Amino acid sequence: MNLERITEKLNILADAAKYDVSCASSGSKRKNENKGLGNASNGICHSYTEDGRCVSLLKILLTNHCIFDCAYCVSRKSNDIKRAAFTVQEVVDLTINFYRRNYIEGLFLSSGIFKDADTTMERLVQVAKKLRTEHKFNGYIHLKSIPGASDELMREAGLYADRLSVNLEMPTEEGLKLLAPDKDRKDMIQPMGFLRNEIIQRAEEKKLFKKAPMFAPAGQSTQVIVGATAIEDDRAILYSANHFYQAFKLKRVYYSGYVPVLADNRLPALNTAVPMVRENRLYQADWLMRFYGFRVNEIVNNDQPHLDLDIDPKLSWALRNMQVFPVDINKADLQLILRVPGIGMLSAQKIVSARKFNKLNWDHIKKLGVAVNRARYFITCNSNAYERRDLTGTRIKQFILAESQSKYLKNKPDQLSLF
Amino acid sequence: MTTTLVYDGTFEGLLTAVFEVYEHRLEYVKLVKGECRNTALFDSSMEILTDEPRYSRVLKGLQKKLSASGMQRLYVAHLSGIDDADPAVLGYIRYVFDAPLNIEEDYGNRYVMRVSEIVKMMRREKHRMEAFIRFQKLQDGLFYSVIEPDFNVLPMLIRHFKNRYADQKWMIYDLKRKYGIYYDLHQVEYMEMDFSDGQGAANVVSSFNEDEDAYQHLWKNYFKSVNIASRKNTKLHIRHIPKRYWKHLTEKI
Repeated sequence: MNLERITEKLNILADAAKYDVSCASSGSKRKNENKGLGNASNGICHSYTEDGRCVSLLKILLTNHCIFDCAYCVSRKSNDIKRAAFTVQEVVDLTINFYRRNYIEGLFLSSGIFKDADTTMERLVQVAKKLRTEHKFNGYIHLKSIPGASDELMREAGLYADRLSVNLEMPTEEGLKLLAPDKDRKDMIQPMGFLRNEIIQRAEEKKLFKKAPMFAPAGQSTQVIVGATAIEDDRAILYSANHFYQAFKLKRVYYSGYVPVLADNRLPALNTAVPMVRENRLYQADWLMRFYGFRVNEIVNNDQPHLDLDIDPKLSWALRNMQVFPVDINKADLQLILRVPGIGMLSAQKIVSARKFNKLNWDHIKKLGVAVNRARYFITCNSNAYERRDLTGTRIKQFILAESQSKYLKNKPDQLSLF
Repeated sequence: MTTTLVYDGTFEGLLTAVFEVYEHRLEYVKLVKGECRNTALFDSSMEILTDEPRYSRVLKGLQKKLSASGMQRLYVAHLSGIDDADPAVLGYIRYVFDAPLNIEEDYGNRYVMRVSEIVKMMRREKHRMEAFIRFQKLQDGLFYSVIEPDFNVLPMLIRHFKNRYADQKWMIYDLKRKYGIYYDLHQVEYMEMDFSDGQGAANVVSSFNEDEDAYQHLWKNYFKSVNIASRKNTKLHIRHIPKRYWKHLTEKI
């Protein structure tokens, strides 16, 4: 092994892949039944970068040579950077050796489009095939679906990979036209639709024949860039995400705050801060849609096209809908308890379990893990002490913000000073 | 009056103690690990001799009233070795026997809540170890790792690592508790090692496989390359990987 050369390639191709934020290694159920190497089930974050993101997979590009010229991408054709390419064997060796040392859960392989869609996709499939067949590797494999690749290749990819993803990149068609004029949204949606149908069909087969092969057991995901254009507000982003969850049965939509890497007058200037708070709020909203039973139009709508930056979307919804509260913790449905700010999924379930035995009071609720400092404005329990004042949403927001030492508070824009 | 129960600190010993509590209709009890020693004048103490028929009866009784996962949680809580773990397990078991129905989800009860907290801590530590263990490949092909977990989680790691690394020999050694687990391609065994040669269990650099340095170097480089400097968030970083784990993490050394 030429260590110096491999190190250089790894540095270039990991650096180029890092703006893809997808990190999940969960959702699959590949077992190690052939006494081979590895398995894939619940997902483990093996390390965390200094920016606090999870490192779960060896996330690299096969090559950063690319024939496209998308404004938001570091690897675009017109960008003057070092280019490199791995061989199939090099990727296989890195994956196996990292995996054996328990550094990673598996491989996330993407690529620049180096000749055409099919050639690129074929090479990605080769890596996965080699890992699965020659090395009996049962760890997690996430492959990019290259827009425009043939159905045949996509089908083969699904047989080896746990998850496949096509990045929409821009939440709307207009955004894509503006920043990636060579790309066609239809080309991205086509493989997504093909895979959706294939996944559904294969899952049916698997129910009938246990021996039927797994097909992309961890499903599909996608990524949209946030804050690269001004035309895409949170409403546009979340409506688009909601559409893809429903129409394409996606497992995840990732939101990637735009990191200014290139000078281009269509994009935010180079010294613009990464919209990290906004990105965080979008993920919170996404969770509300997927796990907490919120409809997208309850979170954002025409009157509310942007998510609040200073409070989370659940609290924000609660403050706009004070007529729903207070909720009686000892009687309300799980669905309603889940809507109370300060109560998460686990504590909601614990409340519903525990109240069968005893009526719960504040002490119980606190012990169950509820953030009482927020929840207390919205609930009653088995106690005479509860919020009796008829507070407006704005007042409650002030109280909660004054009490919390939010990591975002220092970024709050409109703090008026008295003197 | 409080009765002090002196037991050997094992799970079986703890269950035998439960038996004695019911046998002698004890109300207030205190658990003490180790040797029997009479100290307090007005305190009566009782030595618990771990006894198979007795703890089996308790175990059978529990099985009737608890789910399999409920049973397992009690064992995990005991395994933690946290000071108030065994008293909490004892309180939990008494509550199980005294209640007419299954009380596993009665989080309003302090013993149920405490056991649940301890189990949560244990599971988190187990999960951390599954993430933070870094194997180093030695000359004889053994993948070797050293850890210093907060709690005694080695027994909980066996299944995960055996399933995952079925085709390589590996060993995980707990430096704090001075024992390890070793997989020989067929089964996992507990083992103790003698490191009296002064080298210590943590220092195995001299017996690295030829590729080991290269892959450690590559991994460190990879770790650096995936960082996005403009998003730096040290607080979050440390919350995810507390500093006490750094000394055994290849990428943080």
